[in-house]
Amino acid sequence: MNPDLQGRAFPATEPYLVGREKVREFSRAVLATSPLNHDVDAARAAGHADVVAPPTFAIVLQQLTLDQLVAVPDSGIDMTHIVHGEQRFAYTRPIVAGDELVAQLAVTSIKTLGGNAMVTAETAITDVTGAHVVTATSVLVVRGDA
Amino acid sequence: MISLTVGDIVAEKTYAISRDTLVRYAGASGDFNSIHYRDDVAAAVGLPGVLAHGMLTMGIAVQPVVEWIGDSSKVLEYGVRFTRPVVVDPESGAIVTVVAKVGALDGDVARIDLTVTYNGDTVLGKAQARVALTSEA
Repeated sequence: MNPDLQGRAFPATEPYLVGREKVREFSRAVLATSPLNHDVDAARAAGHADVVAPPTFAIVLQQLTLDQLVAVPDSGIDMTHIVHGEQRFAYTRPIVAGDELVAQLAVTSIKTLGGNAMVTAETAITDVTGAHVVTATSVLVVRGDA
Repeated sequence: MISLTVGDIVAEKTYAISRDTLVRYAGASGDFNSIHYRDDVAAAVGLPGVLAHGMLTMGIAVQPVVEWIGDSSKVLEYGVRFTRPVVVDPESGAIVTVVAKVGALDGDVARIDLTVTYNGDTVLGKAQARVALTSEA
């Protein structure tokens, strides 16, 4: 794993339009039963513009930025050797259907332990006006044993 | 505002995860890593079997909290460590149990600690959600 990736600036992703059916599909996939995740009227009655995405939906946007990281030609990261160590989400406001979001990656830390590397990837997700929505943080363990 | 005491169990639920659940999550999330649906690939990389996506386990584990609080937008922060894999048998699947307990209270925000177990072992470490207790999150 290339230690120079720490601090490297990555370009923001193209805007991602959060679809209502995508939110419902993701909600079903994580076994969400809350009507606010599925039913527009229920979401609106609770004060939301449209159906609300489950707390872990932001991983879909973060994944786009992790793909950028792995695609760096000199990253030294082999996809088959990545183990997901930790994950966090910190929300300023919920993601709802209709949002147009961009995601920007920062590699905030790379620690080498034996032959392995622990990478902290922090993805700031904002709306198209630049207002913060959620920060998704992944700690990935990149095994260096093969 | 909801009245709570540290140590209160606010939710407890058991989930059956099958291979169908994994395929559905792969499609919904876009994570098509084949260790989550192919036994041959899982075996080739030395895994004990097809594993649930860590993000699926994380996504399911917060659902009892969402059901309790009634609105997923009240989950302000949520984090976990992935400590043990969940092996999903092709026939019997996997049973995952979630217990959600009040870990700390700070004004209008509760820290809910999740204990997530599979086969008697905890599979997520330091699984915590910060949840707004007020009607306006």
